[in-house]
Amino acid sequence: MPLSQQDIDREVAELRDAYEKSRAAGAPAVRHPARNYAPYRSSALRHPRQPLVPVHGDPETVELHTPVFGTTDVTDIDHDLTRQHHGEPLGERITVSGRLLDSTGRPVRGQLIELWQANSAGRYAHLRDQHPAPLDPNFTGVGRTLTGDDGSYNFTTIKPGAYPWRNHENAWRPAHIHFSLFGSAFTQRLITQMYFPNDPLFDYDPILQSVTDESARQALVATYDHSLSQPEWSLGYRWDIVLDGPSATWFEEGRR
Amino acid sequence: MTSPQPTPSHTVGPFYGYALPFPGGGEVASADRTDAVVLHGHVYDGAGAPVPDALVEMWQADPDGDLTGAPGSMRRDPVDGGFLGRNGVDFTGFARVATDAAGQWSIRTLPPGARPGHAPYISVCVFARGLLHHLFTRVYFPQDAEAHAADPLLASLDPDRRETLVATADRVTGSYRFDIRLQGEKETVFLDFQ
Ligand SMILES: [Fe+3]
Repeated sequence: MPLSQQDIDREVAELRDAYEKSRAAGAPAVRHPARNYAPYRSSALRHPRQPLVPVHGDPETVELHTPVFGTTDVTDIDHDLTRQHHGEPLGERITVSGRLLDSTGRPVRGQLIELWQANSAGRYAHLRDQHPAPLDPNFTGVGRTLTGDDGSYNFTTIKPGAYPWRNHENAWRPAHIHFSLFGSAFTQRLITQMYFPNDPLFDYDPILQSVTDESARQALVATYDHSLSQPEWSLGYRWDIVLDGPSATWFEEGRR
Repeated sequence: MTSPQPTPSHTVGPFYGYALPFPGGGEVASADRTDAVVLHGHVYDGAGAPVPDALVEMWQADPDGDLTGAPGSMRRDPVDGGFLGRNGVDFTGFARVATDAAGQWSIRTLPPGARPGHAPYISVCVFARGLLHHLFTRVYFPQDAEAHAADPLLASLDPDRRETLVATADRVTGSYRFDIRLQGEKETVFLDFQ
């Protein structure tokens, strides 16, 4: 029998209750999802069972440094996903802006941000996406940019649609944009997803719910910001991203 | 001031293939380098099945142990917006390859130099559908056995777990093989940087 939404909802609620009980008993907050999050069925065979091996306190560690990207790695229009084809893509034009920071609050400068997303109908330009929604010949859904000196970034795109997937019967992903980020250390590498405020699908989605901490989950939801909206042109969303993990500069400055 | 809280990780999902991989993503060494090495392997899940939708990224020092890196891993063509490939001069130290339908990946790179107090290694970050938070591991090379005994990470591991981090050399082709087992028997050692 296929899993129902009710089955998934029950598992999600149990894991959230367990987390809240552990917090009430004094356990520290957990920002990242557990790799073995049962309601997301694909995680079952793809997470390690052995504990991760800790590495700390050595400034010679390769991972405290990072690959660099520069002006040759992006073109001037890569941050505008509505200008990659001859015509205008269909859908609601939006801008997404924010800052990329490390966990001490300092801007991450000149690093690469990549994003990808479904089109306004909820279809990816990917052969394996067979959701029967139309492809848009004027929208690929891939963007890149380098962060500015203050860690800022800015994309122009189309609001993606929700789409179905096969985790369980009648499973739908809330609208989201995938983000890939580099910091000032490889340890800060992050791939995540940005959501849109007040989406009614949030409660039904085991991927968003894999972040069991309520405030961490909220951090994945952009804010509608009217001051970023442009008259007769686009709606503005703000989303700041904070990278985890140590970097070489922390050790140089004696932070640890 | 309270420091900002880290943004949670999410899975890369199944549909990154038209966005993240780029032509020449595994060609870290320029074509004329005769000292380049080929490193390849499979990614397997807990049932021993190949993972056909994993993304493997690697970051390393150059042969002198330098970690400055260089931009230009994903150089773009300002004329048509396509990918140009690396410039054939600078060593960027960064590779990104997706696994194929058989779960296999490969890169061609220069041998990494050692950092003070460490055996030489290549750092690896694995993403996949089904993996909610990426995994870090490392590739060490079999000819450095002496340095391995003194390496702070390798020396801290039980021998059977340590060997999951050491590539095997193919005497015929001169290439190195490094399989990544996400779960189960011979599960790869994954790292947590604190
Ligand atoms: Fe998606």
